Amino acid sequence: MKILVCISNVPDTTTKITFTNDNTQFNTAGVTFIVNPYDEIALSRAIELCAGGKGTVTVINVGESATEPTIRKALAIGADDAVRIDAAPRDAYFTAFQIAEYAKEGNFDMILTGRESIDYNGAQVAAMVGGFLDIPSISIIKKLDYDGTTATLEREIEGGKEVVTVTGKFVASCAEGVAVPTIPTMRGIMSARSKPLVVVAAQPIEEVIKVVQFETPPARGTVKLIPAEEAASLISLLHTEAKVI
Amino acid sequence: MSVLVYVEQVDGKFKKSVFEAVSYAKAIADKTGTSLTAVSIGNVADSELQELGKYGAAKVLNVASAELKNFVNQAYAAVIAEAAQKESAEVIVLSNSFTGKGLAPRVAVKLKAGLVDGAVELPQLDGGKFLVKKGAFSGKAFAVAELISANKVIALNPNAFGVKESPVTATIEAFSPAVQPTDLAAIVKEIVRATDKVSLPDAELVVSAGRGLKGPENWGMIEELAGLLGAATACSKPVSDADWRPHSEHVGQTGIAISPNLYIAIGISGAIQHLAGVSSSKVIVVINKDPEAPFFKVADYGIVGDAFEVVPKLIEALKAHQA
Repeated sequence: MKILVCISNVPDTTTKITFTNDNTQFNTAGVTFIVNPYDEIALSRAIELCAGGKGTVTVINVGESATEPTIRKALAIGADDAVRIDAAPRDAYFTAFQIAEYAKEGNFDMILTGRESIDYNGAQVAAMVGGFLDIPSISIIKKLDYDGTTATLEREIEGGKEVVTVTGKFVASCAEGVAVPTIPTMRGIMSARSKPLVVVAAQPIEEVIKVVQFETPPARGTVKLIPAEEAASLISLLHTEAKVI
Repeated sequence: MSVLVYVEQVDGKFKKSVFEAVSYAKAIADKTGTSLTAVSIGNVADSELQELGKYGAAKVLNVASAELKNFVNQAYAAVIAEAAQKESAEVIVLSNSFTGKGLAPRVAVKLKAGLVDGAVELPQLDGGKFLVKKGAFSGKAFAVAELISANKVIALNPNAFGVKESPVTATIEAFSPAVQPTDLAAIVKEIVRATDKVSLPDAELVVSAGRGLKGPENWGMIEELAGLLGAATACSKPVSDADWRPHSEHVGQTGIAISPNLYIAIGISGAIQHLAGVSSSKVIVVINKDPEAPFFKVADYGIVGDAFEVVPKLIEALKAHQA
Protein backbone atom coordinates (compact mmCIF):
# COMPACT_ATOMS: atom_id res chain seq x y z
CA MET A 1 0.00 0.00 0.00
CA LYS A 2 1.25 3.47 -0.86
CA ILE A 3 -0.20 6.55 0.82
CA LEU A 4 0.53 10.15 -0.13
CA VAL A 5 -0.06 12.70 2.65
CA CYS A 6 -0.20 16.39 1.75
CA ILE A 7 1.25 18.70 4.36
CA SER A 8 1.00 22.45 4.64
CA ASN A 9 3.51 24.72 6.35
CA VAL A 10 1.45 27.06 8.57
CA PRO A 11 2.04 29.59 11.38
CA ASP A 12 1.91 28.12 14.88
CA THR A 13 -1.58 28.32 16.40
CA THR A 14 -0.47 30.89 19.00
CA THR A 15 0.83 33.31 16.35
CA LYS A 16 -0.34 36.90 16.49
CA ILE A 17 -1.38 37.63 12.91
CA THR A 18 -0.05 40.85 11.33
CA PHE A 19 0.52 42.01 7.77
CA THR A 20 3.10 44.06 5.87
CA ASN A 21 3.37 45.94 2.57
CA ASP A 22 0.16 47.88 3.04
CA ASN A 23 -1.68 44.80 4.31
CA THR A 24 -0.96 42.76 1.22
CA GLN A 25 1.38 40.18 2.76
CA PHE A 26 1.39 38.06 5.88
CA ASN A 27 4.18 39.18 8.20
CA THR A 28 6.36 36.12 8.78
CA ALA A 29 8.87 37.93 11.02
CA GLY A 30 9.35 35.97 14.24
CA VAL A 31 6.70 33.41 13.29
CA THR A 32 7.28 29.73 14.00
CA PHE A 33 5.95 27.45 11.28
CA ILE A 34 4.53 24.01 11.96
CA VAL A 35 2.91 21.09 10.15
CA ASN A 36 -0.75 22.07 9.74
CA PRO A 37 -2.46 20.39 12.75
CA TYR A 38 -5.11 18.68 10.60
CA ASP A 39 -2.40 17.34 8.28
CA GLU A 40 -0.73 15.78 11.34
CA ILE A 41 -3.94 13.85 11.95
CA ALA A 42 -3.91 12.60 8.32
CA LEU A 43 -0.23 11.69 8.59
CA SER A 44 -0.72 9.82 11.86
CA ARG A 45 -3.54 7.73 10.37
CA ALA A 46 -1.44 6.96 7.29
CA ILE A 47 1.41 5.78 9.53
CA GLU A 48 -1.03 3.60 11.54
CA LEU A 49 -2.41 2.02 8.35
CA CYS A 50 1.10 1.23 7.08
CA ALA A 51 2.48 0.00 10.43
CA GLY A 52 4.07 -3.44 10.47
CA GLY A 53 5.39 -3.22 6.91
CA LYS A 54 1.94 -2.95 5.31
CA GLY A 55 2.93 0.03 3.21
CA THR A 56 4.81 3.27 2.83
CA VAL A 57 3.90 6.87 3.55
CA THR A 58 5.18 9.71 1.38
CA VAL A 59 4.59 13.30 2.45
CA ILE A 60 4.30 16.05 -0.14
CA ASN A 61 4.54 19.78 0.34
CA VAL A 62 4.26 22.58 -2.18
CA GLY A 63 6.69 25.16 -0.92
CA GLU A 64 10.04 26.85 -1.21
CA SER A 65 13.14 25.61 0.61
CA ALA A 66 12.09 27.41 3.81
CA THR A 67 9.45 24.72 4.39
CA GLU A 68 12.01 21.92 4.72
CA PRO A 69 12.12 22.01 8.57
CA THR A 70 8.36 21.33 8.51
CA ILE A 71 8.87 18.46 6.05
CA ARG A 72 11.60 17.01 8.30
CA LYS A 73 9.15 17.19 11.21
CA ALA A 74 6.71 15.06 9.19
CA LEU A 75 9.51 12.58 8.51
CA ALA A 76 10.30 12.55 12.23
CA ILE A 77 6.67 11.73 12.97
CA GLY A 78 7.13 8.62 10.82
CA ALA A 79 6.72 9.26 7.09
CA ASP A 80 9.08 7.16 4.96
CA ASP A 81 10.07 9.77 2.42
CA ALA A 82 9.15 13.25 1.25
CA VAL A 83 8.63 15.34 -1.85
CA ARG A 84 8.79 19.11 -2.09
CA ILE A 85 7.31 20.78 -5.14
CA ASP A 86 9.56 23.77 -5.46
CA ALA A 87 7.18 26.73 -5.64
CA ALA A 88 5.45 29.25 -3.42
CA PRO A 89 1.93 27.81 -2.91
CA ARG A 90 0.00 30.73 -4.39
CA ASP A 91 -3.49 29.23 -3.85
CA ALA A 92 -5.32 25.92 -3.34
CA TYR A 93 -5.97 25.45 -7.09
CA PHE A 94 -2.26 25.75 -7.85
CA THR A 95 -1.27 23.54 -4.90
CA ALA A 96 -3.80 20.82 -5.72
CA PHE A 97 -2.72 20.80 -9.37
CA GLN A 98 0.94 20.30 -8.39
CA ILE A 99 0.02 17.45 -6.02
CA ALA A 100 -2.18 15.80 -8.66
CA GLU A 101 0.56 16.05 -11.29
CA TYR A 102 3.00 14.34 -8.95
CA ALA A 103 0.46 11.75 -7.78
CA LYS A 104 -0.30 10.71 -11.39
CA GLU A 105 3.12 9.09 -11.61
CA GLY A 106 3.25 7.68 -8.07
CA ASN A 107 0.53 5.01 -8.16
CA PHE A 108 -0.75 5.86 -4.68
CA ASP A 109 -3.64 3.89 -3.22
CA MET A 110 -4.90 6.87 -1.31
CA ILE A 111 -4.10 10.54 -0.84
CA LEU A 112 -4.82 12.15 2.52
CA THR A 113 -4.87 15.77 3.61
CA GLY A 114 -6.07 17.66 6.66
CA ARG A 115 -9.60 19.04 6.47
CA GLU A 116 -8.29 22.58 5.97
CA SER A 117 -5.19 24.63 6.56
CA ILE A 118 -5.27 26.93 9.58
CA ASP A 119 -3.92 29.93 7.63
CA TYR A 120 -6.19 30.39 4.63
CA ASN A 121 -8.84 28.00 6.00
CA GLY A 122 -9.50 26.73 2.52
CA ALA A 123 -10.94 23.24 2.77
CA GLN A 124 -10.17 22.92 -0.92
CA VAL A 125 -7.02 20.95 -1.70
CA ALA A 126 -8.31 17.39 -1.17
CA ALA A 127 -11.40 17.77 -3.35
CA MET A 128 -9.44 19.67 -5.99
CA VAL A 129 -6.82 16.90 -6.14
CA GLY A 130 -9.71 14.46 -6.60
CA GLY A 131 -11.05 16.69 -9.35
CA PHE A 132 -7.74 16.96 -11.19
CA LEU A 133 -7.20 13.19 -10.96
CA ASP A 134 -10.89 12.41 -11.57
CA ILE A 135 -11.03 10.03 -8.59
CA PRO A 136 -13.47 10.09 -5.64
CA SER A 137 -12.86 12.61 -2.87
CA ILE A 138 -14.44 12.46 0.55
CA SER A 139 -14.10 15.63 2.59
CA ILE A 140 -14.01 16.15 6.36
CA ILE A 141 -13.82 12.54 7.45
CA LYS A 142 -13.88 11.48 11.10
CA LYS A 143 -12.85 7.85 10.62
CA LEU A 144 -10.91 5.83 8.04
CA ASP A 145 -10.53 2.07 7.80
CA TYR A 146 -8.94 0.22 4.88
CA ASP A 147 -8.92 -3.50 4.10
CA GLY A 148 -6.41 -3.35 1.26
CA THR A 149 -8.93 -2.69 -1.49
CA THR A 150 -11.95 -0.96 0.03
CA ALA A 151 -11.91 2.03 2.36
CA THR A 152 -14.72 2.71 4.81
CA LEU A 153 -14.94 6.33 5.84
CA GLU A 154 -17.19 8.28 8.17
CA ARG A 155 -17.93 11.76 7.01
CA GLU A 156 -19.30 14.58 9.10
CA ILE A 157 -22.59 16.02 7.84
CA GLU A 158 -24.90 18.64 9.31
CA GLY A 159 -26.32 17.12 12.48
CA GLY A 160 -24.80 13.69 12.05
CA LYS A 161 -22.54 11.42 10.08
CA GLU A 162 -22.49 9.42 6.88
CA VAL A 163 -20.67 6.15 6.20
CA VAL A 164 -19.12 5.96 2.74
CA THR A 165 -17.22 3.12 1.07
CA VAL A 166 -14.89 3.46 -1.87
CA THR A 167 -12.95 0.83 -3.78
CA GLY A 168 -9.90 1.95 -5.70
CA LYS A 169 -7.94 5.15 -5.47
CA PHE A 170 -9.40 8.06 -3.54
CA VAL A 171 -8.59 11.31 -1.74
CA ALA A 172 -9.85 12.17 1.73
CA SER A 173 -9.47 15.16 4.04
CA CYS A 174 -9.12 14.27 7.70
CA ALA A 175 -10.59 15.97 10.77
CA GLU A 176 -10.26 15.22 14.47
CA GLY A 177 -11.19 11.66 15.34
CA VAL A 178 -9.35 10.02 12.42
CA ALA A 179 -6.21 9.61 14.56
CA VAL A 180 -4.45 11.08 17.55
CA PRO A 181 -1.47 13.11 16.28
CA THR A 182 1.79 11.25 16.85
CA ILE A 183 4.59 13.01 18.74
CA PRO A 184 8.03 12.45 17.17
CA THR A 185 10.45 10.34 19.23
CA MET A 186 14.16 11.12 19.53
CA ARG A 187 14.81 8.15 17.26
CA GLY A 188 12.34 9.54 14.75
CA ILE A 189 13.98 12.97 14.85
CA MET A 190 17.43 11.42 14.30
CA SER A 191 16.30 9.17 11.45
CA ALA A 192 14.39 12.01 9.76
CA ARG A 193 17.70 13.64 8.86
CA SER A 194 18.66 10.79 6.55
CA LYS A 195 15.26 10.02 5.00
CA PRO A 196 14.90 10.89 1.29
CA LEU A 197 13.53 14.34 0.42
CA VAL A 198 13.13 14.83 -3.31
CA VAL A 199 12.67 18.29 -4.82
CA VAL A 200 10.53 18.47 -7.95
CA ALA A 201 9.94 21.46 -10.24
CA ALA A 202 6.42 22.91 -10.36
CA GLN A 203 4.25 22.62 -13.47
CA PRO A 204 2.70 25.73 -15.04
CA ILE A 205 -1.03 26.38 -14.58
CA GLU A 206 -3.17 29.44 -15.14
CA GLU A 207 -3.87 31.71 -12.20
CA VAL A 208 -7.55 31.75 -11.20
CA ILE A 209 -7.49 33.69 -7.94
CA LYS A 210 -5.21 35.91 -5.91
CA VAL A 211 -5.39 37.52 -2.48
CA VAL A 212 -5.11 41.28 -2.91
CA GLN A 213 -5.61 42.53 0.63
CA PHE A 214 -5.74 41.37 4.23
CA GLU A 215 -7.77 42.95 6.99
CA THR A 216 -7.81 42.45 10.72
CA PRO A 217 -11.22 42.30 12.41
CA PRO A 218 -12.40 45.48 14.13
CA ALA A 219 -11.73 45.54 17.87
CA ARG A 220 -14.72 44.48 19.95
CA GLY A 221 -16.24 46.86 22.48
CA THR A 222 -15.71 46.55 26.21
CA VAL A 223 -17.54 43.89 28.14
CA LYS A 224 -20.69 44.77 30.09
CA LEU A 225 -20.29 42.94 33.41
CA ILE A 226 -23.38 41.66 35.18
CA PRO A 227 -23.07 40.75 38.89
CA ALA A 228 -23.49 36.99 39.41
CA GLU A 229 -26.41 37.51 41.78
CA GLU A 230 -28.24 39.41 39.02
CA ALA A 231 -27.46 36.79 36.37
CA ALA A 232 -31.14 36.56 35.43
CA SER A 233 -30.99 40.10 33.99
CA LEU A 234 -28.76 38.77 31.21
CA ILE A 235 -31.79 37.17 29.56
CA SER A 236 -33.67 40.46 29.27
CA LEU A 237 -30.51 42.23 28.02
CA LEU A 238 -30.08 39.62 25.30
CA HIS A 239 -33.74 40.13 24.38
CA THR A 240 -34.13 43.91 24.56
CA GLU A 241 -30.61 45.28 24.04
CA ALA A 242 -28.67 42.75 21.95
CA LYS A 243 -31.87 41.48 20.28
CA VAL A 244 -30.48 37.98 19.75
CA ILE A 245 -33.12 35.95 21.60
CA MET B 1 -24.38 35.09 -18.41
CA SER B 2 -26.28 34.22 -15.24
CA VAL B 3 -25.78 33.20 -11.62
CA LEU B 4 -26.35 29.61 -10.50
CA VAL B 5 -26.96 28.58 -6.89
CA TYR B 6 -26.79 25.00 -5.68
CA VAL B 7 -29.55 24.34 -3.14
CA GLU B 8 -28.57 21.52 -0.81
CA GLN B 9 -31.50 19.55 0.55
CA VAL B 10 -31.68 17.46 3.71
CA ASP B 11 -34.41 14.82 3.58
CA GLY B 12 -36.22 16.80 0.90
CA LYS B 13 -36.15 20.10 2.80
CA PHE B 14 -34.06 23.26 2.49
CA LYS B 15 -32.46 24.77 5.56
CA LYS B 16 -32.08 28.45 6.35
CA SER B 17 -28.48 28.44 5.05
CA VAL B 18 -29.83 27.50 1.60
CA PHE B 19 -32.25 30.42 1.55
CA GLU B 20 -29.32 32.56 2.64
CA ALA B 21 -27.24 31.29 -0.31
CA VAL B 22 -30.16 31.98 -2.68
CA SER B 23 -30.56 35.52 -1.24
CA TYR B 24 -26.82 36.10 -1.69
CA ALA B 25 -26.83 34.73 -5.24
CA LYS B 26 -29.85 36.90 -6.10
CA ALA B 27 -27.99 39.97 -4.81
CA ILE B 28 -25.05 39.10 -7.10
CA ALA B 29 -27.43 38.59 -10.04
CA ASP B 30 -28.98 42.02 -9.36
CA LYS B 31 -25.55 43.61 -9.02
CA THR B 32 -24.36 42.15 -12.31
CA GLY B 33 -27.67 42.64 -14.12
CA THR B 34 -28.24 38.92 -14.73
CA SER B 35 -30.76 36.25 -13.77
CA LEU B 36 -30.61 33.59 -11.06
CA THR B 37 -31.16 29.87 -11.53
CA ALA B 38 -31.12 27.31 -8.72
CA VAL B 39 -30.15 23.68 -9.15
CA SER B 40 -31.55 21.06 -6.76
CA ILE B 41 -30.38 17.44 -6.63
CA GLY B 42 -32.37 14.72 -4.89
CA ASN B 43 -35.97 14.09 -4.08
CA VAL B 44 -37.60 17.45 -3.33
CA ALA B 45 -41.32 18.18 -3.66
CA ASP B 46 -42.36 20.97 -6.05
CA SER B 47 -43.93 22.88 -3.15
CA GLU B 48 -40.53 23.01 -1.45
CA LEU B 49 -38.80 24.02 -4.70
CA GLN B 50 -41.32 26.85 -5.08
CA GLU B 51 -40.03 28.26 -1.77
CA LEU B 52 -36.82 29.22 -3.59
CA GLY B 53 -38.82 31.79 -5.59
CA LYS B 54 -39.42 33.73 -2.40
CA TYR B 55 -35.71 34.59 -2.31
CA GLY B 56 -35.33 35.39 -6.00
CA ALA B 57 -34.75 32.12 -7.88
CA ALA B 58 -36.84 32.57 -11.04
CA LYS B 59 -35.87 29.17 -12.41
CA VAL B 60 -35.15 25.90 -10.64
CA LEU B 61 -33.44 22.97 -12.35
CA ASN B 62 -34.68 19.87 -10.58
CA VAL B 63 -32.52 16.73 -10.77
CA ALA B 64 -34.65 13.97 -9.30
CA SER B 65 -32.70 10.92 -10.48
CA ALA B 66 -32.75 7.99 -8.02
CA GLU B 67 -29.03 7.30 -8.46
CA LEU B 68 -28.29 10.82 -7.19
CA LYS B 69 -30.46 10.48 -4.08
CA ASN B 70 -27.40 10.53 -1.81
CA PHE B 71 -24.61 13.07 -1.95
CA VAL B 72 -21.56 11.95 -3.93
CA ASN B 73 -19.01 14.68 -4.49
CA GLN B 74 -17.91 13.66 -7.96
CA ALA B 75 -21.40 13.15 -9.36
CA TYR B 76 -22.92 16.29 -7.80
CA ALA B 77 -20.00 18.37 -9.10
CA ALA B 78 -20.63 16.99 -12.60
CA VAL B 79 -24.31 17.95 -12.35
CA ILE B 80 -23.60 21.48 -11.14
CA ALA B 81 -20.94 22.03 -13.80
CA GLU B 82 -23.33 20.85 -16.51
CA ALA B 83 -26.09 23.08 -15.12
CA ALA B 84 -23.67 26.03 -15.12
CA GLN B 85 -22.82 25.38 -18.76
CA LYS B 86 -26.49 24.99 -19.72
CA GLU B 87 -27.37 28.29 -18.04
CA SER B 88 -24.17 30.06 -19.19
CA ALA B 89 -23.60 30.78 -15.51
CA GLU B 90 -20.28 32.39 -14.70
CA VAL B 91 -20.91 32.73 -10.97
CA ILE B 92 -21.80 29.63 -8.96
CA VAL B 93 -22.85 29.99 -5.33
CA LEU B 94 -23.02 27.24 -2.67
CA SER B 95 -23.36 27.12 1.10
CA ASN B 96 -20.03 26.60 2.87
CA SER B 97 -21.53 23.61 4.68
CA PHE B 98 -19.80 20.26 5.26
CA THR B 99 -21.18 19.19 1.90
CA GLY B 100 -20.40 22.48 0.20
CA LYS B 101 -16.80 22.30 1.36
CA GLY B 102 -16.34 19.02 -0.46
CA LEU B 103 -18.33 20.03 -3.50
CA ALA B 104 -17.26 23.60 -4.30
CA PRO B 105 -13.60 22.70 -5.03
CA ARG B 106 -14.61 19.95 -7.46
CA VAL B 107 -17.00 22.33 -9.24
CA ALA B 108 -14.15 24.85 -9.43
CA VAL B 109 -11.83 22.30 -11.06
CA LYS B 110 -14.54 21.22 -13.54
CA LEU B 111 -15.13 24.82 -14.59
CA LYS B 112 -11.48 25.95 -14.31
CA ALA B 113 -12.78 28.50 -11.83
CA GLY B 114 -11.33 30.36 -8.90
CA LEU B 115 -13.06 29.52 -5.62
CA VAL B 116 -13.59 31.63 -2.53
CA ASP B 117 -14.80 29.51 0.34
CA GLY B 118 -15.96 30.98 3.61
CA ALA B 119 -17.18 34.18 1.90
CA VAL B 120 -18.52 36.70 4.40
CA GLU B 121 -19.70 39.57 2.18
CA LEU B 122 -21.17 40.31 -1.23
CA PRO B 123 -18.54 40.61 -3.98
CA GLN B 124 -17.22 44.09 -4.70
CA LEU B 125 -17.10 44.84 -8.40
CA ASP B 126 -14.24 47.27 -8.46
CA GLY B 127 -13.15 48.59 -11.88
CA GLY B 128 -13.80 45.26 -13.59
CA LYS B 129 -12.31 43.32 -10.68
CA PHE B 130 -14.40 40.75 -8.83
CA LEU B 131 -13.35 40.86 -5.17
CA VAL B 132 -14.69 38.62 -2.40
CA LYS B 133 -13.88 38.83 1.32
CA LYS B 134 -13.40 35.65 3.31
CA GLY B 135 -12.30 34.68 6.80
CA ALA B 136 -8.61 33.74 7.14
CA PHE B 137 -6.17 32.70 9.84
CA SER B 138 -8.99 30.98 11.72
CA GLY B 139 -10.94 34.17 12.35
CA LYS B 140 -7.89 36.26 13.25
CA ALA B 141 -8.10 38.11 9.89
CA PHE B 142 -9.95 38.49 6.62
CA ALA B 143 -8.52 38.08 3.13
CA VAL B 144 -9.91 39.86 0.07
CA ALA B 145 -9.47 37.61 -2.94
CA GLU B 146 -9.75 38.61 -6.58
CA LEU B 147 -11.37 35.99 -8.78
CA ILE B 148 -9.49 36.26 -12.06
CA SER B 149 -11.00 33.31 -13.94
CA ALA B 150 -14.03 33.72 -16.22
CA ASN B 151 -16.03 31.29 -14.05
CA LYS B 152 -16.20 31.99 -10.34
CA VAL B 153 -17.30 29.79 -7.44
CA ILE B 154 -18.28 31.23 -4.06
CA ALA B 155 -19.10 29.18 -0.95
CA LEU B 156 -20.97 31.42 1.51
CA ASN B 157 -20.42 31.12 5.26
CA PRO B 158 -23.56 30.43 7.31
CA ASN B 159 -25.09 33.50 9.03
CA ALA B 160 -22.83 35.85 7.01
CA PHE B 161 -25.44 37.41 4.72
CA GLY B 162 -28.86 36.72 6.18
CA VAL B 163 -32.06 35.77 4.41
CA LYS B 164 -33.55 38.45 2.15
CA GLU B 165 -36.87 38.04 0.43
CA SER B 166 -37.16 39.00 -3.24
CA PRO B 167 -40.29 37.17 -4.38
CA VAL B 168 -40.71 35.79 -7.88
CA THR B 169 -42.62 32.77 -9.15
CA ALA B 170 -40.13 29.96 -9.64
CA THR B 171 -40.39 27.94 -12.85
CA ILE B 172 -39.43 24.36 -12.15
CA GLU B 173 -37.69 22.51 -14.95
CA ALA B 174 -36.72 18.83 -14.89
CA PHE B 175 -33.01 18.45 -15.59
CA SER B 176 -31.34 15.17 -16.53
CA PRO B 177 -27.59 15.61 -16.66
CA ALA B 178 -25.22 12.93 -17.94
CA VAL B 179 -23.60 11.27 -14.94
CA GLN B 180 -20.87 8.70 -15.62
CA PRO B 181 -20.82 5.46 -13.59
CA THR B 182 -17.26 6.37 -12.50
CA ASP B 183 -18.70 9.49 -10.86
CA LEU B 184 -20.62 7.21 -8.49
CA ALA B 185 -17.64 5.21 -7.22
CA ALA B 186 -18.04 6.41 -3.63
CA ILE B 187 -21.08 4.68 -2.13
CA VAL B 188 -23.11 6.03 0.78
CA LYS B 189 -23.83 3.08 3.07
CA GLU B 190 -25.50 4.75 6.00
CA ILE B 191 -26.68 8.16 7.16
CA VAL B 192 -27.12 8.80 10.87
CA ARG B 193 -28.68 12.13 11.74
CA ALA B 194 -29.65 13.31 15.21
CA THR B 195 -32.89 15.02 14.29
CA ASP B 196 -33.46 16.60 17.70
CA LYS B 197 -30.14 18.49 17.74
CA VAL B 198 -29.47 21.90 16.24
CA SER B 199 -26.65 21.62 13.69
CA LEU B 200 -23.58 23.49 14.99
CA PRO B 201 -22.04 25.10 11.86
CA ASP B 202 -25.15 27.01 10.86
CA ALA B 203 -26.68 27.50 14.32
CA GLU B 204 -27.76 31.05 15.11
CA LEU B 205 -27.36 30.48 18.85
CA VAL B 206 -24.64 28.36 20.47
CA VAL B 207 -24.14 27.41 24.13
CA SER B 208 -20.63 26.15 24.77
CA ALA B 209 -18.86 24.88 27.86
CA GLY B 210 -15.34 24.04 28.93
CA ARG B 211 -13.33 22.44 31.69
CA GLY B 212 -15.02 24.71 34.22
CA LEU B 213 -17.91 22.26 34.10
CA LYS B 214 -15.67 19.72 35.88
CA GLY B 215 -17.02 16.62 34.17
CA PRO B 216 -19.36 15.24 31.47
CA GLU B 217 -22.00 14.46 34.11
CA ASN B 218 -22.61 18.20 34.51
CA TRP B 219 -23.65 18.84 30.91
CA GLY B 220 -27.34 18.41 31.68
CA MET B 221 -27.74 22.08 32.57
CA ILE B 222 -25.87 23.15 29.41
CA GLU B 223 -28.22 21.05 27.29
CA GLU B 224 -31.23 22.40 29.17
CA LEU B 225 -30.14 25.99 28.58
CA ALA B 226 -29.42 25.27 24.90
CA GLY B 227 -32.74 23.46 24.55
CA LEU B 228 -34.69 26.43 25.95
CA LEU B 229 -32.87 28.79 23.57
CA GLY B 230 -33.13 26.46 20.57
CA ALA B 231 -29.34 26.63 20.47
CA ALA B 232 -26.66 24.15 19.42
CA THR B 233 -24.24 22.86 22.05
CA ALA B 234 -20.48 23.15 21.68
CA CYS B 235 -17.34 22.69 23.75
CA SER B 236 -13.68 23.64 24.05
CA LYS B 237 -10.80 21.44 22.85
CA PRO B 238 -9.75 20.09 26.30
CA VAL B 239 -13.31 18.87 26.77
CA SER B 240 -13.42 16.93 23.50
CA ASP B 241 -9.85 15.68 24.06
CA ALA B 242 -10.98 14.28 27.42
CA ASP B 243 -13.95 12.61 25.67
CA TRP B 244 -16.45 14.48 27.80
CA ARG B 245 -18.12 15.58 24.56
CA PRO B 246 -17.79 14.40 20.94
CA HIS B 247 -15.17 15.97 18.63
CA SER B 248 -18.01 17.21 16.44
CA GLU B 249 -18.86 19.75 19.18
CA HIS B 250 -15.35 21.19 19.44
CA VAL B 251 -15.27 24.81 18.29
CA GLY B 252 -12.06 26.75 17.82
CA GLN B 253 -9.05 26.95 15.56
CA THR B 254 -8.63 23.20 15.19
CA GLY B 255 -12.32 22.45 15.56
CA ILE B 256 -15.31 24.02 13.86
CA ALA B 257 -15.21 27.76 13.20
CA ILE B 258 -18.60 29.31 13.88
CA SER B 259 -20.23 32.71 13.49
CA PRO B 260 -23.58 32.57 15.30
CA ASN B 261 -25.61 35.59 16.39
CA LEU B 262 -25.08 34.60 20.03
CA TYR B 263 -22.25 32.56 21.56
CA ILE B 264 -22.47 31.78 25.28
CA ALA B 265 -19.17 30.45 26.67
CA ILE B 266 -19.43 28.83 30.09
CA GLY B 267 -16.34 27.82 32.04
CA ILE B 268 -14.03 28.47 29.06
CA SER B 269 -11.03 30.70 29.77
CA GLY B 270 -10.57 31.73 26.13
CA ALA B 271 -7.24 30.46 24.83
CA ILE B 272 -6.13 32.15 21.60
CA GLN B 273 -6.96 28.99 19.62
CA HIS B 274 -10.51 28.91 20.99
CA LEU B 275 -11.09 32.61 20.35
CA ALA B 276 -9.87 32.19 16.78
CA GLY B 277 -12.78 29.92 15.95
CA VAL B 278 -15.56 31.89 17.66
CA SER B 279 -14.56 35.55 17.50
CA SER B 280 -16.78 36.29 14.51
CA SER B 281 -19.84 35.57 16.64
CA LYS B 282 -22.03 38.68 16.67
CA VAL B 283 -22.68 38.71 20.45
CA ILE B 284 -20.46 36.89 22.94
CA VAL B 285 -21.46 36.11 26.53
CA VAL B 286 -18.80 34.80 28.89
CA ILE B 287 -19.50 33.14 32.24
CA ASN B 288 -16.36 32.32 34.21
CA LYS B 289 -15.40 32.44 37.85
CA ASP B 290 -11.93 33.78 37.02
CA PRO B 291 -12.23 37.56 36.43
CA GLU B 292 -8.85 37.45 34.67
CA ALA B 293 -10.02 34.94 32.04
CA PRO B 294 -8.88 36.33 28.63
CA PHE B 295 -12.32 35.59 27.17
CA PHE B 296 -13.77 38.63 28.99
CA LYS B 297 -11.62 40.88 26.74
CA VAL B 298 -13.64 39.93 23.66
CA ALA B 299 -17.04 39.44 25.33
CA ASP B 300 -20.03 41.74 24.98
CA TYR B 301 -21.60 40.55 28.24
CA GLY B 302 -19.80 38.87 31.11
CA ILE B 303 -20.70 37.29 34.43
CA VAL B 304 -17.91 36.58 36.90
CA GLY B 305 -19.30 33.66 38.79
CA ASP B 306 -19.55 29.93 39.30
CA ALA B 307 -21.28 28.19 36.39
CA PHE B 308 -23.13 25.92 38.83
CA GLU B 309 -24.80 28.95 40.40
CA VAL B 310 -25.19 31.16 37.33
CA VAL B 311 -26.53 28.67 34.75
CA PRO B 312 -29.53 27.53 36.87
CA LYS B 313 -30.45 31.20 37.33
CA LEU B 314 -30.31 31.71 33.57
CA ILE B 315 -32.49 28.65 33.04
CA GLU B 316 -35.09 29.94 35.47
CA ALA B 317 -35.00 33.44 33.93
CA LEU B 318 -35.39 31.99 30.45
CA LYS B 319 -38.36 29.87 31.52
CA ALA B 320 -39.97 32.96 33.01
CA HIS B 321 -39.17 34.96 29.86
CA GLN B 322 -40.76 32.31 27.66
CA ALA B 323 -43.78 31.79 29.89
